[in-house]
Amino acid sequence: MGVYRIGIDVGGTHTDAVLLDQDNTVISETKSPTTEDVTTGIYTAMKKIIQDGNVPREEIKYAMLGTTHCTNAIVERKRLNKIAAIRIGAPATLAVKPLIGVPDDLRDALGKYVYLIRGGHEFDGREIVSLDEEHLYQIAEEIKGNVDSVAITSVFSPVSQAHEQRASEIMKEVLGEDISVSLSSEIGSVGLLERENATILNAAVVNVAKTAADGFINALKNEGIEAKVFFGQNDGTLMSVEYAVKYPIFTIACGPTNSLRGASYLSDSSDAIVVDVGGTTSDVGVLVQSFPRESSLAVEIGGARTNFRMPDLISIGLGGGTIIRIHENGGFTVGPDSVGYRLPEKSLIFGGDTLTVTDVAVALGKVNLGDSSKVAHLDQTLLNKVYDKMVELVEEAIDKMKTSAAPVPVLLVGGGSILLPEKLKGASQVIRPEHSGVANAIGAAISQVSGQIEKVYALAEIGREKALQLAKEKAMSEAINAGADPDSLVIVDIEDVPLAYMPGNATRIRVKAAGDLARLEVNELV
Amino acid sequence: MRKLGKQEIEDIAVGAALLGTGGGGDPYIGKLMALQAIEEYGEITLLDPDEVPDDALIVPSAMMGAPTVMLEKAPSGEEAAAAFKNLESYLGKEIYATMPIEAGGLNSMLPLALAAKLGLPVVDVDGMGRAFPELQMVTFYLDGISATPMVIADEKGNTTLLSTINNVWTERIARAATIEMGGSSMIAIYPMTGKEIKKSGISNILKLEEEIGRAIRLAKEYNADPISEVLKKAKGFELFRGKVSDINRKTETGFARGVATFEGINEYKGETLEVRFQNEHLLAQTDQRLLCVTPDLIAVLDAETGLPITTEGIRYGARCVIIGMPCHPKWRTGKGIETVGPKYFGYDVEYVPVEELAKKGVTA
Repeated sequence: MGVYRIGIDVGGTHTDAVLLDQDNTVISETKSPTTEDVTTGIYTAMKKIIQDGNVPREEIKYAMLGTTHCTNAIVERKRLNKIAAIRIGAPATLAVKPLIGVPDDLRDALGKYVYLIRGGHEFDGREIVSLDEEHLYQIAEEIKGNVDSVAITSVFSPVSQAHEQRASEIMKEVLGEDISVSLSSEIGSVGLLERENATILNAAVVNVAKTAADGFINALKNEGIEAKVFFGQNDGTLMSVEYAVKYPIFTIACGPTNSLRGASYLSDSSDAIVVDVGGTTSDVGVLVQSFPRESSLAVEIGGARTNFRMPDLISIGLGGGTIIRIHENGGFTVGPDSVGYRLPEKSLIFGGDTLTVTDVAVALGKVNLGDSSKVAHLDQTLLNKVYDKMVELVEEAIDKMKTSAAPVPVLLVGGGSILLPEKLKGASQVIRPEHSGVANAIGAAISQVSGQIEKVYALAEIGREKALQLAKEKAMSEAINAGADPDSLVIVDIEDVPLAYMPGNATRIRVKAAGDLARLEVNELV
Repeated sequence: MRKLGKQEIEDIAVGAALLGTGGGGDPYIGKLMALQAIEEYGEITLLDPDEVPDDALIVPSAMMGAPTVMLEKAPSGEEAAAAFKNLESYLGKEIYATMPIEAGGLNSMLPLALAAKLGLPVVDVDGMGRAFPELQMVTFYLDGISATPMVIADEKGNTTLLSTINNVWTERIARAATIEMGGSSMIAIYPMTGKEIKKSGISNILKLEEEIGRAIRLAKEYNADPISEVLKKAKGFELFRGKVSDINRKTETGFARGVATFEGINEYKGETLEVRFQNEHLLAQTDQRLLCVTPDLIAVLDAETGLPITTEGIRYGARCVIIGMPCHPKWRTGKGIETVGPKYFGYDVEYVPVEELAKKGVTA
């Protein structure tokens, strides 16, 4: 009996889907337009690969979804939960109230029930003041019936979760077990405002995530598929549906990560530069030990500053649909605008009237696509110059992402990757893996399961080695809880930042562990 | 006299991050405090030092402790107010205005939030023209002005008044109190007369910050090169362009010490730059050349946006432009170099002004 998995990645223009077998061989793949409600597009793509794949439906056991549902809801300020935001930290932090730095319309949508109560901890785990439980009971009575999701953020909760957990108990005691509670210590790291914003946004998209998950599971059921469903996260690893519904904020921006991870898998490379050529832009990212290198800049989601770690990407205005303009004097421009998803009607080779990057590649015989006679009249010398310029744009972006002058492998993926040449400056080799057009959906399907921990340790007490060991163990047990196979676990990221001016050598340590999906269920099936 | 509103605060925050030269803490939280205070209490009055009466009592306000703690445990806003009240009753005189003690980072913003809250004016002057890590590293110290009486306050309502025999003891005792208070505290320090700030302070530093911040903002709006705009405003020099190839941090004797290594790009290809820091960037050198050293300013900017990057924000692979700026002439005296020069921070190099080093770079 086989075990198959579905991988789906929802992008801005396309929803890509793949069906893989146990050995991750591609059985079927498709690209279909992303629809406004997202769900219809997912459904269409899913149906197509199931039909094309023609495998016994009961053998499709896993379905992985990387989706933009939550991102869209936040950006559009629509379909959001009615939330209460509780910060525990007064008298500290009163000078910077919750949501002070976010755009007004987001504050309007989420700022109706905001509270700042006494409690919270110091950096070393002492209480600032004891938790004001009476106030929490009052708040719970006040928001009863008015909100369906609560965000709780306590000062230094990455050091001590005690006050957040007690607050959560009180909310559930008064509002019932079904109330959704988001705790900041489960979501973010040190940095109160960023973590609080992320927690508030998380609370706000709980319903959206639940609807998306239910819709996806039902769609699978309608097709006669009883699969275990996972969601892709921004760090390139998976989470279970139960977890995704509790912590939907982690689904934000999983797309670029999926494409980098898919490229890594398809080409069997762990360290490389990945160029994902789409219709409008190309994203250039870096793989370090099979994971995307992360950006050092603060990440804003819907205008709210968070401390999420996102892939470090450069986006350049060069895709398959990028418009080429030839000037009278023999000069030309490449983009930055594009015909985008209308390539099949607009470009010359498909009978349109707009000269695009794709037309140039076809005219020069680099690619065999459409009707090449429609571009045969173009001046080859000029087109060669245009092509050189396109390649140069990509090479420049690659160079910017490199950390040393030494050539590195370059992986080309995405629908437009066929337009690029076999050789690129600064690349030790150019790899264009099979199925590279749907690398992102494959990335979703083959994702690993991860666990992460971030804590402040006093190194003077336990020593650095011991502290790192504790942190690693905690991260690994988090990963196992999330469904990782203990034997395949590896530590994929360690970072320690000393806290300036602190006695006892206080250091913030962050560790991430990741491993393959545990095959337990597969064994159960056999 | 003029008023500071929200846009001015946004611009000053960017300039403050740049003059923070990698340390001083991210001004972000201070900026939010100032914005919230303006929302609640109205715009802030900024005074030119010349507008301050000679006998007026001016008290700088600042935070002390770990910026990392501040990022998690933001102030209540009452600490500095309590500190001011305590100091006023001790001195038996009303405080006329406040001012930043340092121009860089978080501390450049905190007096603005306090001023809005208390309805006091802010004087456009500071004691560093940049950021430094220790209390005695101010131009007032060079002129023999005492840091005390000073008051330390926390959000719980504790205040401590210090009278010490010298500024080194002030630093020691205040540091110990701050740690007990939870790793960060608000201080009212170096109470001075109007006459003293005119003589010993560095004037129009908020104005410079605002100009730098505005230049970066407008450069983005008009698609101009933010780096060259910054260099013009700060009278600085481009030292290097590179990608971060290594970042090594550790805590030693209460500092976040470390080295950031940059591999050259563009015209600097093949060269390697090391920037050494102790909270702030203090020394920039390649294999062959010394490029800039404390007390001159070294800032690391994002190559695309021109926005300054703190030492905590420096990450492997980031593309940066490193610039150097001359410090205020007060630091270039014998006592100035002794207080904040390379030897004080344990670097075995002689201080040479950045503009001379830049000239050598051209001829080399």
